[in-house]
Amino acid sequence: MIQSVETHATLAEAQRAMGSDAIFMAGGTLVMRDVNAGVAATRIVRSSDPVLADIRLSGDGVTIGAGVTMATIAAHRDLAFLAPVARSVGGPQIRNMGTVGGNLFAPHPYGDFAVALLALGARVNVAGQIGAPRPLADVLRERGRVGIVASVHVPRPQAPGDFGFLKVSRIKPKGVSVLSVAAHLPRQGGRIRGARVAFGAMGPMPLQATAVERVLDGQALDAPTIARAAQVAVEGLDPPTDALATAWYRREVAGVHLKRLLERMVRG
Amino acid sequence: MARTPIVFMLNGSERASFADPGQNLLEFLRRGVGDLSPKYGCGQGTCGACTVTIDGETQLSCLTLAESVAGKHVQTAAGLAAGATLHPLQEAFMENFAAQCGYCTPGMLISAKALLDRNPTPTREDVVEAISGNICRCTGYEPIIEAILAAAKGRARA
Repeated sequence: MIQSVETHATLAEAQRAMGSDAIFMAGGTLVMRDVNAGVAATRIVRSSDPVLADIRLSGDGVTIGAGVTMATIAAHRDLAFLAPVARSVGGPQIRNMGTVGGNLFAPHPYGDFAVALLALGARVNVAGQIGAPRPLADVLRERGRVGIVASVHVPRPQAPGDFGFLKVSRIKPKGVSVLSVAAHLPRQGGRIRGARVAFGAMGPMPLQATAVERVLDGQALDAPTIARAAQVAVEGLDPPTDALATAWYRREVAGVHLKRLLERMVRG
Repeated sequence: MARTPIVFMLNGSERASFADPGQNLLEFLRRGVGDLSPKYGCGQGTCGACTVTIDGETQLSCLTLAESVAGKHVQTAAGLAAGATLHPLQEAFMENFAAQCGYCTPGMLISAKALLDRNPTPTREDVVEAISGNICRCTGYEPIIEAILAAAKGRARA
């Protein structure tokens, strides 16, 4: 039962107001579900800090405020590489509400945007944190106690074809993930250098497919390499069984969908 | 528990009421303000029956904190008709038999209105995308799509 809703002018104040009885709310698409079900914390903490809505381009990347919505990203002229990912989240109403920061905390089978950010090597700025932004993978592992996310820094792909994203759902155009997969494959002289591949709905949180990355690194993105990558797709992943698919099914099809994504990236 | 006074614009008129802590906008509109047009379907953001616009953007009132609409413009299906004159979208829904049980209709109308407000000449794909967050459990999507396209083309009987 919610006892109070507090809105703080700055993230620092909001951070100080947090506690074990409080939950931070941005777009509300996750928190309000719990509120409606009567299972939320007793205090809702919000912040009107303008930094949450900021989108700032730097040389090789972009810093996106945690409160930026999926709809804003889908419509932003400098974020075309993220637009297909943002459009894959929810329906239009959810995209008008759901935020980048919130997506990092979305439980299975949600969190497709975080999958793309993980593949892009995004880093996370946490409110009140001193020092460099934290790798997203670390934040995802500790997301129950990470604090309030202020923004994410996302490296921009050098070439548009270096990044690809695929979401598999049973209902189109709007449905939750059987799985999602994102790949960032920078190439130098035709060889992949620094491959990053991530899966969604294949574990308790978006997970990096390190075995796939090892297969791809240093190789050309050709048919034999793609076949080898598909073979090791589920190594280190722990897909759940839910109403959409069994763990067995997810394991069986993960390699197939990875292959389809990589083949699409070859075609450009 | 302190109740929060909320002053906002509902379908062009200023309204005021009190919200409980954590109350969602759907409950607030239906119980507090008395606008019964947005419907409670799932309470989880899945069905779209509670769709309203807030400052012109479609949002789900069941997932919106009531107090976040203070000072904002909320539009619901109750505000579409002008007196006895139905909105062209309502006319088109009637002409095209786009309501079966009717439970999804207010949300569909609001999603359709938001679409036509920003894109007066949508393609069929645009319409399908615009209502992709609204579930019709009678599965009567085809007449709904046709009705929205008809309204866009001004073919509805005025």
